[in-house]
Amino acid sequence: MTAVAGSPRDAAARRSPIARRRANTELGLLVLAIVVALCAYAIVGLAQTADEPVLPSGLLAYGGALAALGAAAHLCTRRLARGGDPLLLPLAFLVNGLGLVMVRRIDFANAASGDPPLAPTQTVWTVAAIAVFCATLIVIRDHRVLDRYRYLIGASAIVLLLLPLLPVIGREVNGARLWLRVAGFSIQPGEFAKLGLCVFFASYLADKRPLLSVATNRLGPLMVPPARAFGPIAVAWVVSLGILIFQRDLGLSLLFFGVFVVLLYVATGRLFYVAAGVLLFGSGAWFAYSTFAHVQTRIAIWLDVWSRVQTDGYQLAQSLFALGTGGIAGVGWGQGRPDFIPFVETDFIFSAFGEELGLLGTTALLLAYFLLVGRGFSVAVRCRDDFGTLLAAGLSILFALQVFVIVGGVTRLIPLTGLTLPFASYGGSSLLANYILIALLVRISATTAAQEER
Amino acid sequence: MTAQVRRVAVVMFLLFGALFVNLNYIQVLQADELANDPRNARGLIREYEIRRGLILASDGQTPLATSEETDGRLRFLRRYPDGPLYGHITGYHSLVYGRSQLEATFNEYLVGSAPEAFARNLADLLAGRERVGDDVVTTIVPSVQQAARDALGDRAGAIAALDPSTGEVLALWSTPTYDPNQLASHDRDQIVAYWEQTEADPGNPRLNRALRSVYPPGSTFKVVTAAAALRAGVSPEQTFPDPLRQDLPLTEATIGNFGGGTCNGGAPITLARALQVSCNTTFAQLGLSLGAEALVAQAEEFGFNADWEFQLPLEPSTIPAAAELDEPSAAQSAIGQRDVRATPLQMAMIAATIGNDGTTMRPRVVKQVNDFAGRTVAEFGPEPIDFGAPGPALSPAEAETLTQMMVSVVEGGTGRNAQIPGVQVAGKTGTAQTGEGRPPTVWFTAFAPADAPRVAVAVVVEEGGGVGDEATGGAVAAPIARAVMEAALARP
Repeated sequence: MTAVAGSPRDAAARRSPIARRRANTELGLLVLAIVVALCAYAIVGLAQTADEPVLPSGLLAYGGALAALGAAAHLCTRRLARGGDPLLLPLAFLVNGLGLVMVRRIDFANAASGDPPLAPTQTVWTVAAIAVFCATLIVIRDHRVLDRYRYLIGASAIVLLLLPLLPVIGREVNGARLWLRVAGFSIQPGEFAKLGLCVFFASYLADKRPLLSVATNRLGPLMVPPARAFGPIAVAWVVSLGILIFQRDLGLSLLFFGVFVVLLYVATGRLFYVAAGVLLFGSGAWFAYSTFAHVQTRIAIWLDVWSRVQTDGYQLAQSLFALGTGGIAGVGWGQGRPDFIPFVETDFIFSAFGEELGLLGTTALLLAYFLLVGRGFSVAVRCRDDFGTLLAAGLSILFALQVFVIVGGVTRLIPLTGLTLPFASYGGSSLLANYILIALLVRISATTAAQEER
Repeated sequence: MTAQVRRVAVVMFLLFGALFVNLNYIQVLQADELANDPRNARGLIREYEIRRGLILASDGQTPLATSEETDGRLRFLRRYPDGPLYGHITGYHSLVYGRSQLEATFNEYLVGSAPEAFARNLADLLAGRERVGDDVVTTIVPSVQQAARDALGDRAGAIAALDPSTGEVLALWSTPTYDPNQLASHDRDQIVAYWEQTEADPGNPRLNRALRSVYPPGSTFKVVTAAAALRAGVSPEQTFPDPLRQDLPLTEATIGNFGGGTCNGGAPITLARALQVSCNTTFAQLGLSLGAEALVAQAEEFGFNADWEFQLPLEPSTIPAAAELDEPSAAQSAIGQRDVRATPLQMAMIAATIGNDGTTMRPRVVKQVNDFAGRTVAEFGPEPIDFGAPGPALSPAEAETLTQMMVSVVEGGTGRNAQIPGVQVAGKTGTAQTGEGRPPTVWFTAFAPADAPRVAVAVVVEEGGGVGDEATGGAVAAPIARAVMEAALARP
């Protein structure tokens, strides 16, 4: 063993040609992602000066910033997560870079109505997000550390969920109470709570797996687990209903319960839990539908948006108009009217891509997410410890469901629930949380790589 | 656990598959429908970025439609300075309801994207110049259009006035009318409210009656029958019996004259006199003797049953095929009843053809399209029209004879109310029955001066113009036609 800083495992990994190859792959893909983002930036800039096209003056600065951020993140994975999955960071970086360009493009559209620009803030958030990505890799050198702090992390997540309900710092935005106002920044603690709960679920289920897997009681033709095994799923159900009732956040509630039930299935292999989860989800959904006017409205809009185009279905109809106007090839970046869709920069940014880049652009975006989720599951399958597998699977499910729920919502596949599109939407909390998610996946894959190396 | 993870991964991928399929459905299959949905303002917004060309009167100065720049989301606002007066010609350019009339048929020119402008647009694009729509110069003469409006007043009806030698439409008026400004505003709610108001109006104010309404032409159609008679060798001085009522074969039905009497005290009546006093029994006899074939052929030579190209949406005027007309039907068709239907423009074209030595000039509302610098982009010059009939409607000699017969209608017959001092007017009245107990549709069609006409006109007034069952074309429509012709003759 040489006297280089780091554990013996790191040293072993550094010698590994596999680790080096992966690191170089990541570097190459990062450069590609930056090139794509810069082209996007240039196109949007050119479109704004159609009369006498000039390259946007910020192109160098944007390129420099992206390169610096990419280099920082890459150095972190290269040094601190050797042998980690080389696709995760470049994919996140690609979508992040395109999202930044789209936010800037939306700024151009909104400039006429005097709205303040969002891109500068989002750029600051991106810098912060990369810092948090690096910090996560620095602080968590082995994902199994998280297993030890299971209850602390779980409790923190619950506290984070409850924070917006507090007076003074809690804020209600658009009918949902999800926000904290801290030092001039709006923070959505729910985004981080999702990660914390994911860690808690994975840890809890890894621990209780044997108990939950045995079916001892017979209920008709079904073999069911002992009654006390129902505890966790019942708790999860109550918590997700609580989120719905007190914070009026349909999306988070759905995500939370969905991740838990699927993870329960992953841990136990018992479809019984899925059936029970579907039943509970159904009853919860029925309760929500019969109790909350805003849920009823969402469903009504979903079922019949075309008779509500001028009223409460306006936003969704504009989203569909944008997607349809885009068609296959799109109207061209910078040539559409994203400003017609209210809240286009957050929930509806996917539709803005659909209008200007067409089916080709939306398919490319979906593919990026698809690859990211696929890499996440592959990390889960390769991981050698139960906690790591469950955590990687949970994070992948969380990410996949989030993409499905918001993209499905803005394309009217399912009723709309307010969620951000990971890495693309405007919003700091979502960006930070998703970079932490990627960092955790990278960390788990690096741990696995180190184990394989030995 | 890896088996479960794989299964869950497959389910997640299926969810992505569902997103992908749904996106294809929206962005490929539904794309056109969504993109062109009238509630999707995106396409319109782009169009509103272009300064739409002007629509101008025949003087090339008076604007019928203009574009004003605004500070709003939609850059240009379409304005119609004299909206209701020209609404049936300009049509509207609406956010919600699309376009109509010239705004629709000349849209490519008005947004500057006509094929003729391709080279210029390419040059503009390369030079980074903003695209500007081209100006449409109409043939409409404001003084004639105003005279038509003033003369018809608030009676439901329509007027078409043409220059017989060029086919230029001098006036095209239809009442009730509407204000296209109300449909061209940028206020969606206001547009919808106004649209629904016009939609609910029983007078159907958005209907251009001069082009889109077909009426039984009544006695004005007798000039067509007379033309067929001349073609068949009947001279204006040839005499016909003057019965109280004309029996029709195969049926108990008879045809009587207006007022129920004879036309010439029972003495034999000449063809010229029969036209002068609009004698139904004589023309019914002509219908029977000429036969359906000759009558329909003559009508088709004048443009009936032809689907010819006009610059505005036009309803074809029709007469049933000869094979479908038995003898009684031919007799009734000969006096413009039964299933004969004509637009006011069609009747004006017949008058114009007679006045123009038997040649029909293609009617035009637009004579020229100019770009912003005044260069001609497209021209629509005078040209004779071919309806696809075997021959011309009239020989010059027949036209001359028919003109003299129509002059006598105005000088000493049913059309005396159309007399203009110092000008020889040729005309024909019409009073078409529309059903038992309902006031008649009254007509007047004319041209002047008779020897070298500068105007041909057709006037139709629905429901007898409000004077009841006793309304006649001579009493109600002829004075209107006179006023329009006077304005047209006074034009420079």
